[in-house]
Amino acid sequence: MKAFSYSFTFYCLLGLILLATTDGLAQVESSDSLLSPLLPPSEVIAEDHPGDAGAAIIVRWKLSPDEDRGVTGYEIVRSTSPTGEFSSIGFAAAGSNRYVDANTEDSLTYYYKVLAIDVDKNVSESELSPPARSSPQWFNFHLLNLLIIGGLICGAVIYFIAHAKKGKKLFLRKIAGLEAVDEAIGRATEMGRPILFIPGILDMDDVQTIAAITILGRVAKTIAQYDTKLNVPTSRSIVMSTAMETVKEAYISAGRADAYSDDFVHYVTDEQFGYVAAVNGIMVRERPATCFYIGAFFAESLIMAETGNAIGAIQIAGTAMPAQLPFFVAACDYTLIGEELFAASAYLSGEPKQLGSLKGQDVGKIIAMSAIVIGALLETFFAISGSSFFGSLAELVHKLFSIVAS
Amino acid sequence: MRRQIPVVITFIVGSVLIISVFIPHKPFGQLGENFSVYFDIIAVFAFILGAGNLLRVHGNRIYKKHKDWPYSVVTVAGFTVMMIAGLFKIGGSPGITGDLTEPGSMFEDLYMYVFTPLMATMFALLAFYVASASHRAFRAKNKEATVLLLAAFVILLGRTPFGVELTSWLPDPLSFLEIPNLASWIMSVPNMAGQRAIMVGIALGVIAMALRVILGVERTYLGADSE
Amino acid sequence: MNPDNPKMGFFETIANIDRRVIFLFIGFAVIIPVLLSFSCTEEATPIVQAVYDEIESLPEGSKVLISFDYGPSTVPEVQPMIDALLRHSCEKNLKMYMMALWGTGHNLISESMQDIIEKEFPHKIYGVDYVNLGYKAGNQGLINVILTDMKKMYTTDARGSEIDAVPMMVDIRNLKSFDLILSMGGGFPGIKEWVLFGGDPGNIPVAGGATAVSAPLLYPYYPRQLLGLLGGIKGAAEYESALIKGYPKFKTHSHPAIDMMGPQTVAHIVIVFFIVIGNITFFIGRKREEGEKREGGVIK
Repeated sequence: MKAFSYSFTFYCLLGLILLATTDGLAQVESSDSLLSPLLPPSEVIAEDHPGDAGAAIIVRWKLSPDEDRGVTGYEIVRSTSPTGEFSSIGFAAAGSNRYVDANTEDSLTYYYKVLAIDVDKNVSESELSPPARSSPQWFNFHLLNLLIIGGLICGAVIYFIAHAKKGKKLFLRKIAGLEAVDEAIGRATEMGRPILFIPGILDMDDVQTIAAITILGRVAKTIAQYDTKLNVPTSRSIVMSTAMETVKEAYISAGRADAYSDDFVHYVTDEQFGYVAAVNGIMVRERPATCFYIGAFFAESLIMAETGNAIGAIQIAGTAMPAQLPFFVAACDYTLIGEELFAASAYLSGEPKQLGSLKGQDVGKIIAMSAIVIGALLETFFAISGSSFFGSLAELVHKLFSIVAS
Repeated sequence: MRRQIPVVITFIVGSVLIISVFIPHKPFGQLGENFSVYFDIIAVFAFILGAGNLLRVHGNRIYKKHKDWPYSVVTVAGFTVMMIAGLFKIGGSPGITGDLTEPGSMFEDLYMYVFTPLMATMFALLAFYVASASHRAFRAKNKEATVLLLAAFVILLGRTPFGVELTSWLPDPLSFLEIPNLASWIMSVPNMAGQRAIMVGIALGVIAMALRVILGVERTYLGADSE
Repeated sequence: MNPDNPKMGFFETIANIDRRVIFLFIGFAVIIPVLLSFSCTEEATPIVQAVYDEIESLPEGSKVLISFDYGPSTVPEVQPMIDALLRHSCEKNLKMYMMALWGTGHNLISESMQDIIEKEFPHKIYGVDYVNLGYKAGNQGLINVILTDMKKMYTTDARGSEIDAVPMMVDIRNLKSFDLILSMGGGFPGIKEWVLFGGDPGNIPVAGGATAVSAPLLYPYYPRQLLGLLGGIKGAAEYESALIKGYPKFKTHSHPAIDMMGPQTVAHIVIVFFIVIGNITFFIGRKREEGEKREGGVIK
């Protein structure tokens, strides 16, 4: 992008000159190239790429003074000996002054040169870089800010979990979708129809699916007490076995092991739309009275929720996929938005320790909100006053909350 | 014991993966990668569980002449035909390294002429459902819903050349009022601000959830009651 | 229809119109413009132009990793983007490394190679100008691994050749060896995972194309983490237009996205029409309800 903006500026300047001296451009270019050869990039520095597992060297250079005279890019060449044969390892676009050579052996020493190339394919070679050797590091200092902020948030969560052990009561606002769970299950029982639970379409390595399975566990316990049929079609095999185990345990702990059936949870297909077709088929044929869509969803969200709406089911959805939230809000009765999905299992459990973690989450929110307000104010002051003081403070806040690869 | 071991494994793996983000040096830097590979290996074997469950559930339905059992016949037949075509590479080069997607192979033909149109049809349903959902949802019931309705209008029109034509007569100083520019503004300012706020909330929710799981406070997903 | 109040019954019917009637209208809104070949012109918006400019600025021989992260369901929406990007990359003599995070992407790579590269650019040599690395399971875990070691996961290409026997793979060590990553699809795993697990940690430019449904989710990453995005058919049509503008010879090639913009425009207008109708009936219904309230009528 930076390269683009530089070359764009270059062409704009060229365009202006062209307008000012209608027929002068060709003369200027030819006389220039006759007078002075293409100047090479200078001050080539090669050093170990910091904060990695080795095998990478970063090469930096000062741009060719002829950057504005048609340099199209830079070729980077390297050798393991200052007098040996240099081979090309890559290109960098015009305007860029760095290149990461990610193809190095930690045991070898490398030497680099940077070649400027112009539109006429003229090449100008830089001086040799000092020797460089790649090595692995024990700590990635580029992530120090992440460690501090992440540590603060995690520390707060752990502190409040531990604090909650003392039994202090915490205030938690009501989440309408979760308040409606009992009502929705009761309705299905009254109507004698099954309850459909869709745990999203991602695997157990997605935290939304873990949240979905924990909610399923709590919902299944209530369903077991009501003696209503539960149907959980899954799109991943591991989710199937986990959900099966969870539902079975829920039935056992509700004292209704006799009512449990292995057919409650079943695998359908990993294929997204094959899964949707199967779920829609189940909805239309079995006409469940209540549908839960809890977990990670993509384009299939509306197809399922609209079908559920058409059969008149009570629908409770919950996802942390922002793009699917509008669809669920439009088609479902209740929607758990983003973080509410993760708070749901703690909310339903009512256990102080689980609720304590939600309190810790609020500390993260305070940090995020403070950073947004302070950052926005500093940027605004800087834009109004032009003071470098505000500028550098804004830059500092920006850096503190950015993960920058070197 | 049966529940303690998974909790201990979760704690160790979770902690090591967090540490490996900050320590690139061996062995930590490699651990993140290795655990990813282990998950893949487990997931591949889990396919067998899934396929077994599919055949058991639908086989039972056919055997017991369960209500709607003909659908189960279609499912089992589809599964079997596709698996045989893939495993035995019918019509393509045989052998383990033979290319499944070779033109003329049965798998490729089934994929191209049955699977692809079926999947495209399912996705295309979305266009119809978007229309019926927006007809029902976009009603100016209150102030907030009216704002939502107006935004939907601008975005829908801004996504079409018709929207460009509609306001292209506006003079330059008022060009920010042109529908495509308004649509672009809605997407990149209010929409993005809202999305980011939701994403920050989600990220914090994920952290709290992950810590509850790693610390063993939340165990429902292991088929156990919480601590 | 309500026999006691036929007028109200009419508005009620319209307000609670059967969804199948809406489906029928949408069906016609798409079919008729397709039959009449109604199409529209497009101008590239900055978010699409950024992708075009990035490819345009890459020097000859630059390495572009194209990940086919989609399935047959989204082929009509995503394939036009891939076709245009492949044409552009071929024209710029870039080296194209094609892979898939989705199992269904494997076949789509073969099809794209046959339909675009082999047919339109027959002088391109497999293994030298383009390679099919095929599908590998692992989602974001795979990206995590190839960020540091590509050949740990890819020991052969999709045709079974030893990876080091493929000339263009010799100097590839990991993701950092690529000049640009293009992820096509927008689902999971897709652009977001490429940004978070590949682009950000490796400082590699990432761009991509997503279905219209998934595109809004990716806007927050633009332009810092995601240098550009082709969103839905409109994004694809804008890219096709930019390509035709830059390389007029492509005007004679197929441009399905531009062709599809006609039906999409009409379908959008039909949706707007139904929203308007929905609101009119809603207001009339509310007025009547208020009137009844004033007259002491029974309100549900």
